[in-house]
Amino acid sequence: MITVDGLTKYYGERAAIRDLTFTIEKGEVIGFLGLNGAGKSTTLRVLGCVLLPTSGRVTIDGLDVTRDPHEIRKRIGFLPDVPPLYEEMTVSGYLRFVSELRGVSPKDVPSRVDEVMQKTSLTDHRDALISSLSHGYRQRVGVAQAMVHKPDLLILDEPTSGLDPVQIKEMRELIRALKGDHTVLVSSHILSEISQICDRYLVIQNGEIIAQGSEETLARELGGEGVVEIEIAGDATAAVAAVKQVPGVHAASVVHQAGGRAQLRLEASTELRPAIVKALVEANLGVLRVDKATSRLESIFLRLTHGKEA
Amino acid sequence: MRNVLLIARRELAAYLRTMSGYIIIAVMLFIDGLLFNSYAVPGAGKRSSEMVADFFTLTSGITLVGSIFLSMRLIAEERQTGTISLLYSSPVLDLEIVLGKFLASLAFLSVFLLSTLYMPALVAVYGKVSPCHVFAGYLGLTLVGAAGLAIGTFGSALSKSQVVAAVLSGVMVLALTTFWILGKVTDRPLTEVVNSLAWWGHFDPFRTGLLHLKHVTYFGLVTFLALFAATRVLEARRWR
Repeated sequence: MITVDGLTKYYGERAAIRDLTFTIEKGEVIGFLGLNGAGKSTTLRVLGCVLLPTSGRVTIDGLDVTRDPHEIRKRIGFLPDVPPLYEEMTVSGYLRFVSELRGVSPKDVPSRVDEVMQKTSLTDHRDALISSLSHGYRQRVGVAQAMVHKPDLLILDEPTSGLDPVQIKEMRELIRALKGDHTVLVSSHILSEISQICDRYLVIQNGEIIAQGSEETLARELGGEGVVEIEIAGDATAAVAAVKQVPGVHAASVVHQAGGRAQLRLEASTELRPAIVKALVEANLGVLRVDKATSRLESIFLRLTHGKEA
Repeated sequence: MRNVLLIARRELAAYLRTMSGYIIIAVMLFIDGLLFNSYAVPGAGKRSSEMVADFFTLTSGITLVGSIFLSMRLIAEERQTGTISLLYSSPVLDLEIVLGKFLASLAFLSVFLLSTLYMPALVAVYGKVSPCHVFAGYLGLTLVGAAGLAIGTFGSALSKSQVVAAVLSGVMVLALTTFWILGKVTDRPLTEVVNSLAWWGHFDPFRTGLLHLKHVTYFGLVTFLALFAATRVLEARRWR
């Protein structure tokens, strides 16, 4: 569906993105991760045919973004980092305008607008002026305008930014529901907001892709598979001694100790967790928690972008 | 064409739903009425046709200045609020964006022009006014307005700030005006070149009721060049 080869974009002297190369298959949900200013928005703007690349080749459905941008725009829905809303319009009026602008035939416009308002829970606000909407609703209208013409490719730049936890959950469910019908590119600088909804992640830093793959792949590549965190009730020294007896545990260290409880970090395959628990129980220590240390995407991300452990 | 009308319809609705457009037109009408009362009407033994010609003189200046204020928001506001991304990512041509916005502003300006009709009508009540004179004058005003709005659209494409956009367009209009003054202080053959660039010389026949194709062409050309430049600016922004 999308092939990007050597994509570079300069703003004046400064390269916002450098030599990006990746491919995205039809129907995939891809997460673009990176800190602010990493180059996510620029990449998405090029894919959304808003900006033209300085060099490199980007094709969407075999069409080149510099040669056939007009044709590509018919197939994409784009939500920029700031939702492009006309304050003086009503929600339904705005969505009608956008659907006509994106080439929906006039007889299909009312049904499409109704459908998309239902999907984004905007039906109750159909006659509200956009200027009167709260941030969460504005974001929903932004997503609604991107999908009103049923595009093959949906590009959502930070759709969860500024939303409260309930709204983030709703947005995640909405994006999850889009899977299958659309190819979705979604970006965020807060990983937990888009974890578990994407098939693959592209991690961008300083305009370059520094890692890509599923959550599991990223964790494995970073060696996260080899770290186990445990929390025990009892003597920490005894616990260290006990786990070191387990074949395959290379090192064990105490991370935190207070009130008869201790947190330990072990260098060992996560497959060894049953054996570690057994050793601790046999040493008369209470096991409170056993975890894969880097199972949380956040720490993978911090490791990648800062080059150190979270 | 469908996209042009779609964009024009939305833009016109924006003019009608927000206060700024009404305020600009109200101020234009107020100043026009005031000047009409103090300059166009007085004068012992003044003929009706002279009054109408003076009215067109005053109104042309106000139309030109007002058109800059009416058009300053057209593209600058879209860039300021980020809505330009919607147009840029939709299957519409940059030319369609520019034309749609220009047409909407022209339609809104015509609200002002229609509202000024009462002034020649007042003259007609007490004197004799030729409908052809009024028609030629209003055609001239529409052409001046179109040129002003096109220049304003170009200025609006150049900057994110509406104030900067208005200043840029104002400088361009001022340049087209000063050619007229330059024409008075230069010698031939420069005089003719400078005069042919100045808008006033091309409007003068309209205000007296004369219609010449070359003058219509002049305003058409200014409008076309400004809109063309605005389109190129929009295209260039995609590279930056």
